[in-house]
Amino acid sequence: MSQPTIEGFGATPLDIRNRRNQKAIRLAFGAMTIMLIVPVVIILALLIARGYPALSWDFFTTHPVDNMTKGGILPALVGTLWLVGVALIASVPLGVAAAIYLSEYASDNFLTRLINLAIINLAGVPSIVHALFGLGAFVLFFEFGTSILAASLTLAVMTLPVVIVSTRETLQAVPQSFRLACWSLGATRWQTIRKVVLPNSISGILTGVILEVSRTVGETAPIMFTGAVFFTPHLPVGVLDQTMAMSLHLYSVSTQVTDVPEALPYGVALSLIGMVIVLNSASIAFRMHLRRTKKW
Amino acid sequence: MKERALQSESSGGLEDRIDAAWIWDRIARVVIFAGGVSAIVLIVAIFVFVANEGLGFALFDLDKGQFFGSPNWRPTTEPEGEFGALALMAGTASVTGLAMLIAVPFSLGAAIYISEFATGRTREILKILIELLAAIPSVVWGFIGLTILNPLIIDMFNVPVGLTVLNAGLILGLMAAPIMTTIAEDALKAVPESYREAAEAMGASRWQVIRQVVLPSAKNGLVAAALLGVGRGFGETMAVLMASGHAVHMPTSPFDSVRALTATIAAELGETAQGSDHYRVLFTLGILLFLVTFVINLLADILVRKGGGKRS
Amino acid sequence: MVASTVRTKLEVEDLEIRYGDHVALKGATFDVRENEIFGIIGPANSGKTSFVRSINRMDEMTPGMEVSGSLKFNGKDTSTWRNLYALRSRIGVVFPLPVGLPMSIYENVAFAARLRGLRSKAALDEVVERCLTRAALWDEVKDRLDSLGSLLSGGQQQRLTIARALSQDPELLLLDEFSIAVDPVTTMRIEDVLKELKKEMTIVLVTNLVQQARRLADRTAFFLQGEVVEVGNTKELFSGGAVDERTTHYIEGRFG
Repeated sequence: MSQPTIEGFGATPLDIRNRRNQKAIRLAFGAMTIMLIVPVVIILALLIARGYPALSWDFFTTHPVDNMTKGGILPALVGTLWLVGVALIASVPLGVAAAIYLSEYASDNFLTRLINLAIINLAGVPSIVHALFGLGAFVLFFEFGTSILAASLTLAVMTLPVVIVSTRETLQAVPQSFRLACWSLGATRWQTIRKVVLPNSISGILTGVILEVSRTVGETAPIMFTGAVFFTPHLPVGVLDQTMAMSLHLYSVSTQVTDVPEALPYGVALSLIGMVIVLNSASIAFRMHLRRTKKW
Repeated sequence: MKERALQSESSGGLEDRIDAAWIWDRIARVVIFAGGVSAIVLIVAIFVFVANEGLGFALFDLDKGQFFGSPNWRPTTEPEGEFGALALMAGTASVTGLAMLIAVPFSLGAAIYISEFATGRTREILKILIELLAAIPSVVWGFIGLTILNPLIIDMFNVPVGLTVLNAGLILGLMAAPIMTTIAEDALKAVPESYREAAEAMGASRWQVIRQVVLPSAKNGLVAAALLGVGRGFGETMAVLMASGHAVHMPTSPFDSVRALTATIAAELGETAQGSDHYRVLFTLGILLFLVTFVINLLADILVRKGGGKRS
Repeated sequence: MVASTVRTKLEVEDLEIRYGDHVALKGATFDVRENEIFGIIGPANSGKTSFVRSINRMDEMTPGMEVSGSLKFNGKDTSTWRNLYALRSRIGVVFPLPVGLPMSIYENVAFAARLRGLRSKAALDEVVERCLTRAALWDEVKDRLDSLGSLLSGGQQQRLTIARALSQDPELLLLDEFSIAVDPVTTMRIEDVLKELKKEMTIVLVTNLVQQARRLADRTAFFLQGEVVEVGNTKELFSGGAVDERTTHYIEGRFG
């Protein structure tokens, strides 16, 4: 959308002034966009500058020592992997099923509107309310105790909308004509979904899952009371164990522990944000790759 | 002609044949339907479980006048705790308000730039950057408020404490802006290109087109974006907990420390005995948070529906 | 296997198709006989495509589409079929715009056979070669059966679609304006194939080309604005034997 050129018609002074105004307005909006991004870039640069010295092979592979003022983040790292893994096992099948329902079965009726409203609200409810729910439901009612299982299920409920929404979009991008062709060959709805719709959406679903992982990695409030702990000397060996986690560890070392050397919390913050940015970039790159290699 | 033989063989009663494919289709239908309604089940479950602990207390034991009218939050005093949530509400309101003051104009501006001015690669790159900004976890934002913004505010304004409404508001504004930008940009993009072309054909400049055609048509979607930003700020926990100073205090200036509703739950839940009044009043705060965000999301959804745009 | 006595494949009686308030077809009553090519002609929006969709009960899958009246396939009302997939597997459909499923050419043609439980590689190979040959596509694609079906040219995709429909060994083949996306030479080749095929199956040919119906159809129905104006022997209709003057006008190209 380029500006209409006026040169050919002999620009009047009014035209020239208008054009100058246009430029100024464009510039003003551009500046607002930049001002939104630049502070964050500066902050990230600061994080990197201050956190980088803390990073080393040992940092990622050793346990914290001396009241968490020294040592590495291994148990937090491993704990986060556990939490994310178990959360995915719970949320991906459920989320994909929900997306299939909305894309392949649901008609535009009251129930569908209700489901959509519920999805929006699952995503919109404050994370601390999810924490209360996790505590009430998984820790106490189902008696999982404060455990990876309880924390992961809480995370799964919270990030479910991410999987549903991205999967639904992917499924809906499969042309309707494929389904019609498939049905008229005598395929059942399920055969159509399994043999045509899903195989052509699998990478799109994966994109959404990566996005969900990145969300899950950073969440703190939902796991504080459901399974993540301040410190434990052991690595988790099962889903009923408690665990440390990266996000809670950052909160702990920056607010709860005294006499921490300055670089340590920056190192944790940098590791956490690094994970999230890498995951998100992967998801974006994957999405762009998909757009380029479309089969139809 | 092997196929034909195979077919005529099963021709008798074909119309009622219950084969494996038919049975699998039925099973899949049931399982997928269960998945489909899971979102409804979960949102109801969230309310039920939170209300289960907090509603009884809110209805029968809680002094409502004190809860809404008193700024004194002293949950652990003996023999009975004092549960005045006014200061907490004021804390949440002041932080969210300041955040919106910053985020609304900037994200609207950014959305207009991305949707109406930027083209090609620039547009693509800006969108990706905004998406990455939205991905930064809230605990990292809180950490930034604590370690970077805090000393900055102390130095710049020569105040004793930098963990204040200003700090948390700035952080929250930066957090909410990317999300609001994305939703607002969706709303602007939903305005049909033909409207713009029609206005441009009449000689309107780009700015006139935006102000007189695009913004009015996208109004509902833009209000929804702002509302969702409010919802996001209202429900934000970790960043506010870490950056606001976490002091129970009725704010009178941006340089006061405050405490938010969400942060109160996060900070105190770990130290309460299950079933105690203190424990239950935290769930009551949870009900309040749930209901307010529910209403905000509902309103935003209605607005988006009315505006004809789609919500990502 | 030429039918010695004339048997009825489809009995349509007082069929009505609606989308919400919009009536796409009403009061349709006629028969389609076994092993004939039954042509359906008429201008756009006359209910032709809706009729095709109602035959294999696509209303089940189409939001808002409602069918009433009776449509009997092999003498049995299709609305009483519990296993609709079994019904559809006996009816081949070719759409106006070709649909190559996003899988290899081979898999496109083997798809229906696989659904029916055919596993052996040799048998599948046989189905693929036979159907592609009959659809006049084999020579062009036999060396690249593994490439994507959705990447073929429009004309090739349409022949692939026909091959896929034939792989069902259908008793009834529905062709909905198949030649829209196909060049004239290929159209002629497919028309020759259809003349051969009617020895084995019944064909319903919806076409916007009046001359195509004239070349191929044994009997022809004229649809206009949701009404079946006339059904008759093609030769008679095209030699001035039409009862309704709207049919004559349409055939002579005065509107359409």
